[in-house]
Amino acid sequence: MNAASGDPVDPALHSHGDTIGHGSRRSYWIGSFLAVILTAIPFWLVMTGAVDGVTTTALIFACALAQIVVHVVCFLHLDTRSEGGWTLLAFLFTCVIVVLTIGGSVWVMYHLNVNMMPMPAAGAGEHMSTMSRH
Amino acid sequence: MTEAIIQAPEAVTWHLAENEDHDHGGNGATILGFWIYLMSDALIFASLFAMYGVVSTSFAGGPVPREIFDLPLVAVNTAFLLASSITFGAAIPHMEAGRVGPTQLWLAITGLLGAVFVGIELYEFSHLIAEGAGPQRSAFLSAFFTLVGTHGAHVSVGLIWIAAMLVQLGQSGLIQENKRRLMCLSMFWHFLDIIWIGVFTFVYLFGVVR
Repeated sequence: MNAASGDPVDPALHSHGDTIGHGSRRSYWIGSFLAVILTAIPFWLVMTGAVDGVTTTALIFACALAQIVVHVVCFLHLDTRSEGGWTLLAFLFTCVIVVLTIGGSVWVMYHLNVNMMPMPAAGAGEHMSTMSRH
Repeated sequence: MTEAIIQAPEAVTWHLAENEDHDHGGNGATILGFWIYLMSDALIFASLFAMYGVVSTSFAGGPVPREIFDLPLVAVNTAFLLASSITFGAAIPHMEAGRVGPTQLWLAITGLLGAVFVGIELYEFSHLIAEGAGPQRSAFLSAFFTLVGTHGAHVSVGLIWIAAMLVQLGQSGLIQENKRRLMCLSMFWHFLDIIWIGVFTFVYLFGVVR
């Protein structure tokens, strides 16, 4: 199962049939290193305000996406072969639903708010914050 | 698997029996089943993220993220949870090699780091409530407490699970059942760290930036 990882083949280790969780040491260290970097960058960007808001927003979401991929690959050891590909299939299906749920809800409700509520000119840049109902 | 059995001499029958048990016994099914559970848990968090995304600017004249989020504290909290994920990863090779002591040690360190994470989060919550930024203040704060609180509740359950595993390891060592449980716990713990990536990015950092 770890044939491609470059680990010395240890029969005791490889007798375990479960493929999830048994990553190589190398992937674990690479994953840890990348996770620390990809956590530090967004916090540094926001706390120092090094670049403008739009760039910061794009970069922190890019870092989050990259770090999620790093965690899934290096820590959860998702690959195309685990459990005959069923874990990957379930993961991809979940990703589709997650994107639809979050993206769809925000998209629909944003336009609902914008189109349904009177818009004071002063608040044009901050559509949603002007329509708090409570 | 079949070829291996045909080729193997009788001397290693024990090893192959274990091998057989691993591949076709409960473990593969348990790991896949637990993975499916994690995916369904991800959908719960997706709906909470969606709710937060919809009402994240409904401040009702109350505090906005920039005023109430203490980013250095969140950074420390994030560091503790990430460190706990890494220390759990450090326990796995000891588990695979059958070393009970080091496995317990790294597991205990993971639990301590996780407990600090929950402690800091409770401190943050109590601080916000004391400031009048409790969950009843605005839709934004209701969604914030629900989302972050659900994650914190998961981590707390993980802590109970870690404590239970420490006891089970002490009682029966690294038997096959305990290895399987540890693999599921490891997946659960890493999964919670992945959810936290979404929380600190979408809730805290994005909340302060925009």
